[in-house]
Amino acid sequence: MPMKIGNENFSERVGKGINNSFMRGAVAGAQDNIGARRLHAVEELGNWEEWRSHGEEIRQHVLENLDYYLEQLSENIANRGGNVYFASTPEEANDYIRGVIKKKRAKKVVKSKSMVTEEINLNSSLEDIGCEVIETDLGEYILQIDDHDPPSHIVAPALHKNKEQVRDVFTEKLGYKKSSDPTELAWHAREMLRQDYLTADVGITGCNFAVAETGSFALVTNEGNADLVTSLPKTQITVMGMERIVPSFEELEVLVSMLTRSAVGQKLPSYVTVLTGPREAQDVDGPEEFHLVIVDNGRSKILGTEFQSVLQCIRCAACVNACPVYRHVGGHSYGSIYSGPIGAVLSPLLGGYDDYKELPYASTLCGACTEVCPVKIPLHELLHKHRQVIVEKEGRAPVSEKLLMKAFGLGAASPTLYKWGSKLAPSAMNPFTTDDKISKGPGPLKAWTDVRDFPAPNKERFRDWYKNREKGESKS
Amino acid sequence: MTGTIQNRESFLNNIARQLGRDRLKEPLQKPEWKYNPQDKVLADATVDDLVEVLESHCEKINTTFITTTKAGLTVALNEAVKNYGGGPVVTWKDERFTHWGLNDLFNNEWPKQGLEYHEWDYTSGDDNIRRAEQANVGITISEVTLAESATVVLFSSKDRGRTVSFLPKTYIALVPKSSIVPRMTQAAKKMREMHQDGQRVPACVNFISGPSNSADIELQLVVGVHGPFKATYILIDDL
Repeated sequence: MPMKIGNENFSERVGKGINNSFMRGAVAGAQDNIGARRLHAVEELGNWEEWRSHGEEIRQHVLENLDYYLEQLSENIANRGGNVYFASTPEEANDYIRGVIKKKRAKKVVKSKSMVTEEINLNSSLEDIGCEVIETDLGEYILQIDDHDPPSHIVAPALHKNKEQVRDVFTEKLGYKKSSDPTELAWHAREMLRQDYLTADVGITGCNFAVAETGSFALVTNEGNADLVTSLPKTQITVMGMERIVPSFEELEVLVSMLTRSAVGQKLPSYVTVLTGPREAQDVDGPEEFHLVIVDNGRSKILGTEFQSVLQCIRCAACVNACPVYRHVGGHSYGSIYSGPIGAVLSPLLGGYDDYKELPYASTLCGACTEVCPVKIPLHELLHKHRQVIVEKEGRAPVSEKLLMKAFGLGAASPTLYKWGSKLAPSAMNPFTTDDKISKGPGPLKAWTDVRDFPAPNKERFRDWYKNREKGESKS
Repeated sequence: MTGTIQNRESFLNNIARQLGRDRLKEPLQKPEWKYNPQDKVLADATVDDLVEVLESHCEKINTTFITTTKAGLTVALNEAVKNYGGGPVVTWKDERFTHWGLNDLFNNEWPKQGLEYHEWDYTSGDDNIRRAEQANVGITISEVTLAESATVVLFSSKDRGRTVSFLPKTYIALVPKSSIVPRMTQAAKKMREMHQDGQRVPACVNFISGPSNSADIELQLVVGVHGPFKATYILIDDL
């Protein structure tokens, strides 16, 4: 699917998300679970801030010298017998990849999870020429067989589905007859996919990081699917976003460590695989032919602007897991394969304000995203910058803000509406309240609650209290 | 054979233009990084400390950890294979197996027991993959072993097939004690030195930490998704 998912507008999407109670429970649970694991994994290092500063300096240096490192990468890949294609647009990337597929007369492609191939809508481009494309990451596989349900999380794409829903999809599409136990489900997928790896003509992967100095690149998984995708088919095509590159193995190591700690709280995942070129002459496994497609698709337009730092992103989704707005609206509300704070910054830059002008407003600017970012992208500042651009340069505020301002005008002008508004406040603040104290305040309260608790909005409003007191009924 | 590069110049010129400068032509030296936190991890640990770290992390990643000596290796490996239900077994072709005295087990003992054994042989091509796919146990050797994350590092070659570690139902890694380092930092340095010394970087370097797993369904851990269901590391005291 392309970057944009669905045709509903922002408020319809959010409405669906907020009313999907399983999804909201799953997202909240996932945020708590992964968030705690991340925190443990970064705190046990004892000097996480130093790691973040190192991550940031590496990523900034690479972006400042991106043309140099991409040139070096391409030379080294060609020297090892690999082919490199630079694609400015999704069309160029897809045309090149279709060309390779046609030349190989390939009928079946196995793929490991890749956001950039989603971004360029590669799967449907290949299906259009009669090629079967099979996603092998378990989460992506579930979504694909469920008639291409869109992903709702960068790292855990099927987060919005419960195991009963997965079982129903397997039953309907695969003739599955067992229980909704995740192990039984996963092992069934294993059986189905094993044959596909062995019979596929082409393997397609994304790229976590390329290494300029040696012409290598790294793939990070827990399932091992990328390893089978890159060792069994005779032809391999790897697609990378142009900014996903490091100078040498030394920086690769640092960023992989930071990626997996930030993404899921792991020191390292089960499999980190560093590949350099196609197989060697007498090797038995690994691809005979290797192609790397380097994709721009709007990234270069971000370079040299006040948004450049968003390209430091290593796609860990720590910001997604920390975001109070994502927690409530879920991934599909963003209308983009990139959800959460990173999605709210990146989607308007890659896809334009026409489709994504609402996203920078889907934030309380609380800064939780910025705090957890391993490479120190000032995400909430970039969201704020987007709002400035939308209002000042583009001369348009999105509907939600206009409504908000209108409501504020109305609310402040009418005592009845004001009363209604302050009555809502206690339930809106409920998620942050313990024992009538706010210990993790959102937005402007955060700086305060970092050092002390803030008294929660009284369940009994002052106006009510005063009225009751007058009547002599209040116990307060 | 050199590969092709297409569309590069206009693509990179555009990047330079966006960055507000001309293309960089002189070789660029990596800067001296201001921060190097990775060097401090387990910096003062002795080899035995590292073994302890390795062992305790194995438990967290569902990996069985066994220590043995060179003299005890044959018995330990035979037992580990039996624990996984026996053959078929597939291994790399590697002199170290001979050096560690495993030839008798592989070529006499196992055939006598009716346990099917296949040594990777590049001259028989794809038959190796078929064998690996049908195998119950795959056995490979760690070049560098990372204590912090309980990771074995494998270098591919014509005799060291990648799929030996992925296609069989279970996996056993032989880990020389001399290969243990604190973390990925030292492995990355070693790989970079290989390159700088003019050696070819292996076409595939696998960093493997335990069995295959997934948490894609309701974040519940499932062990054994596309790769092995179980993993054992056998530490060989070679120091």
